[in-house]
Amino acid sequence: MSQSRIRLERVTKRWSTTTAVDAISFDVTPGQFVILLGPSGCGKSTTLRMIAGLEEASDGKIDIGERDVTRLPPGDRGLSMVFQSYALFPHLSVADNIVFGLRSRKVPKAEQRERLAKVAELVDLTAYLNRKPAQLSGGQRQRVALARAIISEHPICLMDEPLSNLDARLRSDMRREIKALQSRLKMTVIYVTHDQVEAMSMGDRVILMQHGRIVQDGTPDELYNRPASAFAASFIGSPAMNLLPLVKGDQGAVIDGEPTTTVAPLEAAGGQLGIRPEDIELRPASEPGVPATVLSEEYLGADTIAHVTVGTHTLRVRLSGKHALTGQACRLHWAAESAHLFDTDGLRRHDLTPTLLPSAHRSIPRPPVVGSFQH
Amino acid sequence: MALTAHHKMQMYGALLLLPAAVLLAAFAYLPTITTVINSLFLPGFRGAPPEFVGLENYRFLFDDAKFWKVARNNLIYALGTIPTSIALALGMALFVNGKLPGRGLVRMAYFTPTILPMIAAANIWMFFYAPQIGLFNKLLGALGFSGVNWLGDPSVALGSVIVMSVWKEAGFFMIFYLAALQGIPPELKEASDLEGTSRWSFFWRVTFPLLMPTTLFVLINALINAVRVVDHLFILTKGGPNNATNLLLYYVYENAFSFFDRTTAATITVVILLVLAVVATLKFTILDRRTHYQ
Repeated sequence: MSQSRIRLERVTKRWSTTTAVDAISFDVTPGQFVILLGPSGCGKSTTLRMIAGLEEASDGKIDIGERDVTRLPPGDRGLSMVFQSYALFPHLSVADNIVFGLRSRKVPKAEQRERLAKVAELVDLTAYLNRKPAQLSGGQRQRVALARAIISEHPICLMDEPLSNLDARLRSDMRREIKALQSRLKMTVIYVTHDQVEAMSMGDRVILMQHGRIVQDGTPDELYNRPASAFAASFIGSPAMNLLPLVKGDQGAVIDGEPTTTVAPLEAAGGQLGIRPEDIELRPASEPGVPATVLSEEYLGADTIAHVTVGTHTLRVRLSGKHALTGQACRLHWAAESAHLFDTDGLRRHDLTPTLLPSAHRSIPRPPVVGSFQH
Repeated sequence: MALTAHHKMQMYGALLLLPAAVLLAAFAYLPTITTVINSLFLPGFRGAPPEFVGLENYRFLFDDAKFWKVARNNLIYALGTIPTSIALALGMALFVNGKLPGRGLVRMAYFTPTILPMIAAANIWMFFYAPQIGLFNKLLGALGFSGVNWLGDPSVALGSVIVMSVWKEAGFFMIFYLAALQGIPPELKEASDLEGTSRWSFFWRVTFPLLMPTTLFVLINALINAVRVVDHLFILTKGGPNNATNLLLYYVYENAFSFFDRTTAATITVVILLVLAVVATLKFTILDRRTHYQ
C-alpha cells in the first residue's frame, strides 16, 4: 500500500508571468480521499495535472510511493485519472474504451476479458458493453470513465471535477457511488472540485486553495467549524457565512453601524465577525440581542433564508420551516462558540474569543422561539 | 379559397428552392442530359438531321487504342497522386498541429500551392523541369549527374506531372486534416498518455479512426480532381510526348475544341461520369460502414 503515498514538496507551476501554483506541499496517505477545493483559477486542476504528469512542475518535487516522479511521463507514474469531459474514445465501444489501457500495456487477451467482466459488473455496465459512448446517458459515460480508471488497478486515482457535467440528482447518486467504490477498492483518491457539497460529503480531508496556495488543509469538520480564514469561512457552507466588519465600541468591538451591542473584545475591532446563517437565532424585539430588521425572506422548502439588516449590513439567517417575517423588527442571538473572528488580513484570530451575548432569562430552545414570531 | 395554408407553405418552399434549382438545371442537369443524348447520335453533314446510332459511338471509342492509353495514363495518374497527396497531407497536418516554433508560417507555406492559380503553378514548375536551364537539372549537374528531360521523355513525363499535382494538392487536403485534428479533444491524448500508450499506437487506434470522415471526404475530392486535370497539362505538356501525359478530361478537351469532334467528347464524358459514380458509390458504401461520424 505504501506505493500509493503521494508527497508534494514546494511544487510550483509558472507560465511566463503568472504563477498558477505557488510552492504547494502536502502528503496523502494511502487509502485517503483527498479533495482539492477552490474557486476556478485557484490552481487546483493544475496541481492535479502536475501529479498526473500532464503538466510539468516548474519547481518542487513530487513523490509517489518511494519514487521521485517529478520528471516521469504520465504512463510511468502508476495512476489513473477521470476527466471532467470523461475523455471517452467516441469511435470505440464501451468495452474497448474500458480495456484501452490494458491493450496499451499488452495485458493478455484472456486477462483483459476477465478484468473487464469484473469491472463492468462493479460499475453496472454489463448490459452496455457493445454500445458507443454517444448512445449512453451522461451518468453511464461517467461510469465508463470510472471503469477505465478502476480496471488499471492502479492504487491511485485522480479525478478532475468528474461530476460537473451531470444534473443535480445524478450527481448526488454518483457522489455516493464513487465514495463507496473508493472505500471498497481502498483506492487513494485526489479529487478536484469547486463544489463544496462534494468536498464536504466525500472527502476524508479537504485542501482548500486560493490563488495557487493552500488556505486550509483539514477534515470537512474542521473546515466548517474552524475556518482558517474569512475566505475559507465564506467558501464552505451554503448560504455562505455572514461576515461583518467590526469597529471599536464603548466596551468592546461592535458591528459596524450597530453600536449598542458588544459582540467581541476590543482587540477584534478592524477585523471581521463571522457567523453561519444556521447559527443565528431570531428572537422577538422585546428580548436582548443584536437589534435587526427582517428585509425579505426566501422560502426553500425545508427552510427559509431570512435577510435581515443589522446596522448598515445585511445578514442571512437560516430558519427551519416556512416563515413570513418581512418588515419585522427582531433581535439576533448566537452562541459565543459559533462566532468566528478574523483579523484585518482575513486570518482567523486564535487569541480571542467572541463575547457572550446577553441571553437573559430565556432557556427555551430555538424552534418554538421562531415559531412564536409567526402570525 | 383555392390556396390553403398548407399549399401556401409548399409554394413558399418551392420559391425558396427556385434560384438554386434554376442554376443547377441550367448548368449541371441540362448539359449532362444533352451530353448523354449527344453521345448517342452522329452529327448530320450539310444540314442533315443527326442520326441516332445507339451505342455505336461507345463501341467505336472502346476500339480506339488512344482512348485506352489515355485511360491507362489517368489510372496511373490517380494511383500516383491520390494516396501520396493524402498521406503527405496527413503528415503535414500532424506536423503543424503539434507545438512548433513558427507554426503559422509553416501552415501558410504548406497551403500556398493551393492558393496559387494552376496556370501560375505550372509555369513555376516549367522552370524546374526545363531541360537545360531548369532547377532540377542544374542540381543534378552540380552533383555530377546528367540531366533528365523531365517533360520530354515519354517514360518520365507522366511522373513529372504527378509530382507537381501532389505538390499542388497536398496543402489543400492538409487544411481539412488540420481542422479535423483540432476537433479531436486533447483529453483523449492525455487519457491515453496516462495508460502509457505510445504515440504510434495512439495514432492508429484513435487519431486515424477519428479522421476517417475527413479521409473519405478528401478521397472523393482527390478522385474528382484526378479526372479533372486540364490546365496544367495545357501549360506543361499539351498531353505529349506521344500522348504519354494525356489524361481523360484533356482528351475530351482536345476532341471537343481541337478536333471539333463533339460526339467523341460527349461519349468520353459520359464514360468518365459513369466511372466516377461507380467508384464514389463503392467508396461510400464500403468505407462508410467503417467510419465513425461524431
